[in-house]
Amino acid sequence: MSILVDKNTRLLVQGITGNEGLFHTTQMVEYGTNVVGGVTPGKGGEWVLDGKLPVFDSIKAAKETTDANATIIFVPARFAPDAMYEAADAGIPLIICITEGVPVQDMMRVRNYLDQKKVRLIGPNCPGLLTPGEAKVGIIPGDIAIAGNIGVVSRSGTLTYEVLYAMKNLGMGASTCVGIGGDPVNGTNFRDVLMMFEHDPKTEKVIMIGEIGGNEEEKAAEYIATKMTKPVAGFIAGQTAPPGKRMGHAGAIIEGGAGTAADKIKALEAAGVKVAKHPEEIPTLF
Amino acid sequence: MKLHEYQSKTIFSKYGIPIPRGRVAATPQEARQIAEELGGRVVIKSQVLVGGRGKAGGVKLAKDPAEAEQLARQILGMDIKGLPVRKVLVDEASAIDQEIYFAITDDRAAKKPVIIASAAGGIDIEEVAIKTPEKIIKVHIDPLLGLREYQARDVAIAIDLPREYWKDFVKIAMNLWNVYKETDASLAEINPLVITKDKKMIALDGKMMIDDNALYRQPALNEMRDTDEDAPSEIEARKYGLSFIKLDGDIGCMVNGAGLAMTSMDVIKLFGGEPANFLDVGGGASAEKVAAAMRIILSDPNVKAILFNIFGGITRCDEVARGILAAMEEVKPKVPMVVRLVGTNAEEGRKLLENANMITAETLADAAKKSVAAAKKGK
Repeated sequence: MSILVDKNTRLLVQGITGNEGLFHTTQMVEYGTNVVGGVTPGKGGEWVLDGKLPVFDSIKAAKETTDANATIIFVPARFAPDAMYEAADAGIPLIICITEGVPVQDMMRVRNYLDQKKVRLIGPNCPGLLTPGEAKVGIIPGDIAIAGNIGVVSRSGTLTYEVLYAMKNLGMGASTCVGIGGDPVNGTNFRDVLMMFEHDPKTEKVIMIGEIGGNEEEKAAEYIATKMTKPVAGFIAGQTAPPGKRMGHAGAIIEGGAGTAADKIKALEAAGVKVAKHPEEIPTLF
Repeated sequence: MKLHEYQSKTIFSKYGIPIPRGRVAATPQEARQIAEELGGRVVIKSQVLVGGRGKAGGVKLAKDPAEAEQLARQILGMDIKGLPVRKVLVDEASAIDQEIYFAITDDRAAKKPVIIASAAGGIDIEEVAIKTPEKIIKVHIDPLLGLREYQARDVAIAIDLPREYWKDFVKIAMNLWNVYKETDASLAEINPLVITKDKKMIALDGKMMIDDNALYRQPALNEMRDTDEDAPSEIEARKYGLSFIKLDGDIGCMVNGAGLAMTSMDVIKLFGGEPANFLDVGGGASAEKVAAAMRIILSDPNVKAILFNIFGGITRCDEVARGILAAMEEVKPKVPMVVRLVGTNAEEGRKLLENANMITAETLADAAKKSVAAAKKGK
């Protein structure tokens, strides 16, 4: 067991013939992920990866042929909302959007539409998912993590790699690593993922990596305090970030004094979460 | 991206929201001329991208064109919170009966746009929110449905607006929704929305923020960007697609990934240092980008050491190492440099830098400690 993706995942890649799409499809297939095909409008009928993977013109056609149950999006920001709507309308229950730079108003519409359809979205602006040994759905380097019993959830990319790597060096593995992304409006939040880890028999402990901006860490703290039985350790990035500045991620901004690292750390500690002083320290806190 | 008041109000006006008659001036003479055209009393308003202009003396009432010229001269010479006043807006003065706060903005927690309104307009809304939160009305908008007229009416009722103004208010609300939606605003704010003594409803002041990620489809707005509040190094970084923010410390940072870049700053601070900047070189950082990043970091004379923290994923460490070498060749840095390469092609990267006279580190904590020590030595 694990959450969201495993060896039963049948994955489509939207934007499979693009540079990024093709590169990461190769990496995912090498890792052992069950990629069943891809979509690039206008390139239906072609094959990629030495004729191993079929390309379709639409998600609908791809779904009919492959019976895919998840899709990953690598298309540029201006096409990403349409890619998400198309996947939802074709009945794909799990969408992972790697694309960075989708406008917030687009994301508000997408999120509200997907919620009505009961479709789960991970991202956008995220590194995707990794269930070590089973499926890599995204861009997290496969070799920095080993399988284990720690669930990892994070708003960041490379910072997550840092933590997975520190875990591996200590012989600690992940059940699933979920990158929820750095945008202000996204598909899945800490609370959602914590709930999944709480109910996943393979996950025994959880690491959550937050950052400044918004109040999702505070909402997570409330869930941890009231509903969660498994131990949680964490880290919050941006303790030295100046207010009013967007720190790279669209969602990483302290607005009107709200969303500071100090507030988040306080909320998490009050909920019994052990908060590390630096990321390499996190796995040692259990 | 923030817009000036005069830019925001011009957009409001295009969408059918009434604004005072007036124009923007860059010289005292122009201000006088505009005042002459308008006749009567005028308000001279500094156009800078910070709040609290009034308190700082950047908004003044002039009774005639001569005084308008004199006040414009005074205000155009000012610095408000470190920003130079380059333009003033000259608006006809209004006789005000009531001031209302009215805005549409993103509610990231609710994943929906939200109307924020208050009968206590004209002052800092954040202050109202803290002191008298019951005076603030919030109504969420379904982003797929858009604002409906009944919702705007509900707001009018909630802020006790007299019935005779409901029609005008609903029209302004619907138009502001169109502004918000069609300009990809993250904030479209009228503060105050006033009722004048002659019973007209006017947007006396306006503020807008545009979603940077949407600027590709807002070319006209993109040209309105005012870079006064950005450091020159930040403007330079934007050209190279680097995410860079200048800070006051002495340890320059070059990191891939925003979260890791923030964390590297935090860890420097944890070990007693002060970061000089936030810099995310991005995924797949090319040698050219790395070189540009190094130039930008070193353009800050405060920098006493540089920390390179690269966790290779998509980004290949050897590519970054080549960038560092190319940049060193070009800028010939005199400050000590600490480098930590982990992940994809880290070994090749380290080999490339073997003879470059750099301090190497294994862990992030180790890298931070070494850069703090190097910066202290350089003082």
